[in-house]
Amino acid sequence: MIQLTNVHKKFQLNGSEIVAVEDVTVAIQEGEIFGIIGYSGAGKSTLIRLLNGLEQPTSGSIMIHGQEMTTLTGAGLRHARQKISMIFQHFNLLWSRTVEENIAFPLEIAGVKKSERKRKVKELIDLVGLTGREKSYPAQLSGGQKQRVGIARALANDPEVLLCDEATSALDPETTNAILDLLTDINERLGLTIVLITHEMHVIRKICHRVAVMEAGKVMEMGNVLDVFQAPQADITKRFISQVTDTADTDAAIAHLREEAPQGKLVKLAFIGERTEQPVLAELIRKFSIDVNIVQGNISTTRDGAYGTLVLQLVGDVAIIEEAITFLHANEVKTEVLMND
Amino acid sequence: MIEQWFPNVNWEKMWVATGETLYMSAYSTFFTFVFGIALGLLLFLTSPGQLWANKMTNVFTGAFVNIFRSIPFIILIILLIPLTNLLFGSMRGPNAALPALIIGAAPFYGRMVLIALQEIDKGVIEAARSMGARTSTIIFKVLLPESMPALVSGITVTSIALVGYTAMAGVIGAGGLGTLAYLEGFQRSREDVTMMATILVLVIVFIIQFIGDLLVKRLDKR
Repeated sequence: MIQLTNVHKKFQLNGSEIVAVEDVTVAIQEGEIFGIIGYSGAGKSTLIRLLNGLEQPTSGSIMIHGQEMTTLTGAGLRHARQKISMIFQHFNLLWSRTVEENIAFPLEIAGVKKSERKRKVKELIDLVGLTGREKSYPAQLSGGQKQRVGIARALANDPEVLLCDEATSALDPETTNAILDLLTDINERLGLTIVLITHEMHVIRKICHRVAVMEAGKVMEMGNVLDVFQAPQADITKRFISQVTDTADTDAAIAHLREEAPQGKLVKLAFIGERTEQPVLAELIRKFSIDVNIVQGNISTTRDGAYGTLVLQLVGDVAIIEEAITFLHANEVKTEVLMND
Repeated sequence: MIEQWFPNVNWEKMWVATGETLYMSAYSTFFTFVFGIALGLLLFLTSPGQLWANKMTNVFTGAFVNIFRSIPFIILIILLIPLTNLLFGSMRGPNAALPALIIGAAPFYGRMVLIALQEIDKGVIEAARSMGARTSTIIFKVLLPESMPALVSGITVTSIALVGYTAMAGVIGAGGLGTLAYLEGFQRSREDVTMMATILVLVIVFIIQFIGDLLVKRLDKR
């Protein structure tokens, strides 16, 4: 439903040329939540603005619902934008308008009649959970409430696509989760396609179906969130994943162990999906006469299932340890040897 | 007791002069507000990166504003005598002061409008664009409402300056409290007349400031 083909975007800044987006080809399916992750300056903000024509690409094609966006101008572009709405990191509400007037704004732009506007605004206020705050001004709301107004405003004209520009980056962790739940809910209930950009892997893990990792204007890696989590290819992806899996303690614990107890094998296990719910470890201990020392472990849940890592120290006969690792493989547990004695 | 302190004041003349001052101030404030906003919007929208980004228009408007803002008012009045004659067929009376007052104040206010518009969060304009708003919608539903408190406090300051300018307009026989204070008070050494005219100007200024502050307070929801 959204197809970007060989999209380039260059800026001229003080005579020098800056490449913000370089040869991006991405296909986003209808009804999916597609995440684009990258550090600031990776070009993701520019990329998302290409989708609603706030920026025009230097070259390439952007098709949304069979409509080529790059050739649209004037009324055609304005009309298309009513179906591709956007929410922002800093909410961008009109402070001179109340909550309900802010939500009514896109309806005014679309020329919706007053009685119809009133009905729609009420419905949206209920949907985003702001009942009772209709007459409040943005200055009287918390960050999370402001983003709810932003979401309600974005949904006013029944869009087909919702673009989220770092929508949770200015919120605290708890509010972030509440807003992400709301986005998931909207995605499921209204079948809305959501494209979001973020620098937080947590956001991708929690709500996205697929992810594209961007660095220096290019898409370095793309795929289902769970697949990318299991087997990240690019270095940048590994760095993002370590945001949610590894803690700073992991490396310290392993380093400590290397010094204090250098015997045996140090193995990192990766469990995917249902494997995380099976007692593989208990079986391993029962079956093989080796000592198993748990160094570190955690589980990350993604939309399509859980992903867990466990670092074990296996001490005992080398042959038995090899057998134990073969057993793990047979049980679809990926292993990576971190250290041999 | 007032008769005792202000023995030389001709109250009828004083009220007529007050009326003239109010007339000149009100009309010039109104037109300054309209033209100043137009100038400020033009300056803002044609500046780089904005909706009508256009270097030529921007530089030209900027130059126009700067020229008329820097001509001393007393000279501007004299320079505009031919225009005034053309517009009103005369260069006497309160109307004769209006062109000079408006042309002197609108560019000054235009700069204030520009500053007010620059204070608006760029993200809000971007949000309106992302909703498919046309430029006129952005002007009337985003730019002006969002900057209204600053626009009102700016016009309050400008309006008070205009009250002062009307006093100078006396040189072309525009009338008003300034003329009265100068001709009837200063030139005839009747200090009480000068004093009374000053008090009335002060009262007008205080009232304008009070109304301005009240409006800003009501408008500002931040």
